Amino acid sequence: MSVEILSRIQFALTISFHFLYPPMTIGLGMLLVLMEGLYLKTKNPLFHQLAHFWTRVFGLIFSIGVATGLVMEFEFGTNWAAYSRFVGDIFGSALAAEGIFAFFLESGFLALLLFGWDKVGPKTHFFATCMVCLGSHFSAIWILIANSWMQTPAGFHLERTAGDVHSRLPEGYIVQASDLGHVRAVVDNFWGMIANPSSLDRICHVVFGAWLVGAFLVMSISAWYLLNGKHLKFAKTSMTIAVCFAAFTTILQSISADSTARGVVRNQPIKLASIEGVYETHDYTPMTLFGWVDTKKQTVHGPQIPALLSFLCFHNFKQPVQGLLSMPSDEFLAARNPGLSKEKLAEIRPNYWPAVGAVFQTYHLMIAIGSAVFGLSFLALTLLWRGWLFRADNPLIRGLLWIYVFAVIAPQLCMQAGWFTAEMGRQPWIVYNMLKTSDGLSRAVHAHQVVFSIILFALIYTLLFITFIYLLNRKIQHGPDDDEGHHTKASGPIDGDIFTKKGRASE
Amino acid sequence: MHLPDLNIIWFLLVGILFTGYAILDGFDFGVGILHLFVKKDEDRRFLLNSIGPVWDGNEVWLVTGGGALFAAFPGAYATVFSGFYDAFMLLLAALIFRAVSIEFRSKEPGRFWRQAWDIAFSVASFLAALLIGIAMGNITRGIPLDPQGDFVGTFIGLLNPYSLLLGVTVVALFAMHGAIFLVLKTEGELQATIKGWVPKLIAVFLALFIVFNIATLFECPDLVAVMLTRPYGFIVLALDILAALSIGFMTARGYEFGSFLMSSLTMVLLMAVLGLSYFPHMVISMPDPGNSLTIYNCASSQKTLGYMLIIAIIGVPIVLAYTVSIYWIFRGKTRLGHVGY
Ligand code: HDD
Ligand code: HEM
Ligand code: HEM
Repeated sequence: MSVEILSRIQFALTISFHFLYPPMTIGLGMLLVLMEGLYLKTKNPLFHQLAHFWTRVFGLIFSIGVATGLVMEFEFGTNWAAYSRFVGDIFGSALAAEGIFAFFLESGFLALLLFGWDKVGPKTHFFATCMVCLGSHFSAIWILIANSWMQTPAGFHLERTAGDVHSRLPEGYIVQASDLGHVRAVVDNFWGMIANPSSLDRICHVVFGAWLVGAFLVMSISAWYLLNGKHLKFAKTSMTIAVCFAAFTTILQSISADSTARGVVRNQPIKLASIEGVYETHDYTPMTLFGWVDTKKQTVHGPQIPALLSFLCFHNFKQPVQGLLSMPSDEFLAARNPGLSKEKLAEIRPNYWPAVGAVFQTYHLMIAIGSAVFGLSFLALTLLWRGWLFRADNPLIRGLLWIYVFAVIAPQLCMQAGWFTAEMGRQPWIVYNMLKTSDGLSRAVHAHQVVFSIILFALIYTLLFITFIYLLNRKIQHGPDDDEGHHTKASGPIDGDIFTKKGRASE
Repeated sequence: MHLPDLNIIWFLLVGILFTGYAILDGFDFGVGILHLFVKKDEDRRFLLNSIGPVWDGNEVWLVTGGGALFAAFPGAYATVFSGFYDAFMLLLAALIFRAVSIEFRSKEPGRFWRQAWDIAFSVASFLAALLIGIAMGNITRGIPLDPQGDFVGTFIGLLNPYSLLLGVTVVALFAMHGAIFLVLKTEGELQATIKGWVPKLIAVFLALFIVFNIATLFECPDLVAVMLTRPYGFIVLALDILAALSIGFMTARGYEFGSFLMSSLTMVLLMAVLGLSYFPHMVISMPDPGNSLTIYNCASSQKTLGYMLIIAIIGVPIVLAYTVSIYWIFRGKTRLGHVGY
């Protein structure tokens, strides 16, 4: 296998594994802020117990997030050296800002969050929790800015270096093979780089996704306690907070998802056509609900809703969605490949498309599971409101609670599928329309070296994952330190069920 | 006087970040290297608890140093990390094991479980220190680069005696630094044991350090030539050796915190000597010095360096303020059995 494929496999492996943990950190962090905030407000020791238990889970997740994140920081240099030289001027500052503004904040206050329960007062502790949560959000924001710049570059110009002379290339200059190693992107306008056309949409979309991941994690563990009749007060309260948060986030996420998709229509029409499998350009473009793409015959098979795609993209049933067969334009192809005939250009056009079949599937997976996540959130809210959610003696409710136990993987799957869509949909570019992934590699690195590191990481990550699941399970089995536990931390009486009508009535 | 040169400022700032990393994570690695020499389970928990709240923050110095290097000198970032590929993959593996073994070790009572993570923690800390030293040794000595600035040597070539010597010296330095840190953090019997180690570790480090300096005279004539044009560099070197000697003195007198400060100062001065003999290079190309990377030919644009300086001016004071407060909150002797998480 080529260094390119191997490096891509390694990047996909390491980032996907890393990205299992940050969403939990971000989502659980929000819930910790809510729980501790409620404790400060009501002084009900139950909330203290909640915060304490979920902090322990948080610590475990965080440590693996840190250990695997370190790999990402250096992988640009190790595997993508040519890319690093090309974008360093822009991309590096986002990473450095992430270190200064996000990681220091997170790791510093994490010490207080985990070890500071009896070193500082409750208000200071709450402040530390807020800072950790803020830090993890900053981290997401900066890294997404960096990644969004690769998707929709802005606020820069290209510069050619010959010896000590740097000359500015005209706007819209199209990089050719002969430019490699002599041309780089240089920042013009820092704010333009940060607020590039896709960053706001993608920040919202990923952060809301992370909140859903956190909420579903809490719902899953609480549902398990409810099913087993353990730690009931604790579980009901956790569940209540998480369900409300999930339902609230669902609303935000639907708005953001629509906006993200329309951003792709504007900024990356080739990606949009690929994720929907649109080859020909027609009025009233239909949307395929599920199915498969026949890349040979260049069609899609599966049930379609007429004109829906046009409507979702443009809020207008008629306007056609541009198909792959006319993208990229002849002018672009000719500028990148000077001297080729028109027929030849049409022939190489598909080299500028991503793997249509794959991105179609990952995208549709996200939509399908995402819709299920939305549905489950609202179902839980409705049942909670009607006071049925905690009736674990009812077989229907039991079945449903089991679904919530396992639903924890649903938002995780959405997150992964979404990233695969966004990143594979960006191919063959590493920096959109400028630098090809194959041109971003490290020339000093050979295939056998990458094989070695892939095996190394695969082994370590497998070990980490097994240990993580084992320890998480132990923490769940051990449960919170409540009246059913071995030692009671909080002193006052614990009153549960404080949210539900039923609970209040029965006190 | 013209405006301060941004490239020079960033050379300094990147240097400061990596020095901060060496001082802070240095004692974490030192604790790790010594970990297996402490036998009792309870004592091992003491060791881990002493760095428990701070090691993650310390590691962020590396992350931020890496980010700053990427942003300010992307050419050097790309060359070094792709050139030292295998070594960095091993370093990353070591840092992963270091991180998770601190978190996992005391979560389960089983003997096998604890021993496995104890070994992982100690071996990973040792390996990380060694690799960092080897990488620095190669940077000091110079590595073969082609005209595009890409590394054209081999992994085996990186394991030359000179770099290995620096690797071992760094292990000794961190072990010494870690022991001094532990003296600050422990009490009673455990502290007495560790106190007994400190003079020996200082002696080992000083011996290696002197051998290393002599080796440098032979291995890196170019650096020595540069140093001769900057004679104040020798003053810094002399101060460095004085600082190292004073660690022993202070430990003997029982100035625990003073000896920790001196040990940190030793590292600062060590990096300063390196910086003085290296400037204005970022990476020296060895058989062919013409391909060397300097702070000018591998840097980002002036605009980026300027923006980054603003970020640093806003961010660094805030970071320092809360880092100091957190160290203050966790000051004093480490205790077992306080409510952790
Ligand atoms: C949406 C959020 C997100 C995304 C897309 C990424 N990360 Fe991450 N990362 C986090 C969100 C996060 C976090 C929530 O902030 C973590 C997880 C747990 C933690 O300690 O912080 C983290 C940890 C973390 C650390 C350890 C920080 C420490 O020592 O405290 C590093 C060095 C990175 N990440 C670097 C990266 C890089 C280079 C990425 C891209 C290729 C990346 N992360 C993707
Ligand atoms: C955290 C969530 C992320 C996930 C799950 C993810 C997923 C992926 C996947 C699956 C690939 C391989 C694509 C392919 O080979 O076709 C990839 C490649 C890549 N991604 Fe991401 N990515 C994430 C975040 C980022 C971020 C934040 C950046 C940059 C800041 C980034 C930069 C890259 C680069 C440089 C490559 C390698 C070149 C390429 O194959 O395109 N990724 N990522
Ligand atoms: C059901 C409605 C949803 C729609 C219409 C939708 C739409 C999209 C689109 C168009 C992209 C590609 C963006 C790009 O390439 O730049 C995307 C990416 C992504 N989606 Fe979704 N999404 C939905 C639900 C979800 C849910 C529920 C989650 C997570 C819980 C999620 C997580 C992600 C992630 C992590 C990415 C990659 C990052 C990004 O590019 O923004 N999505 N989504």
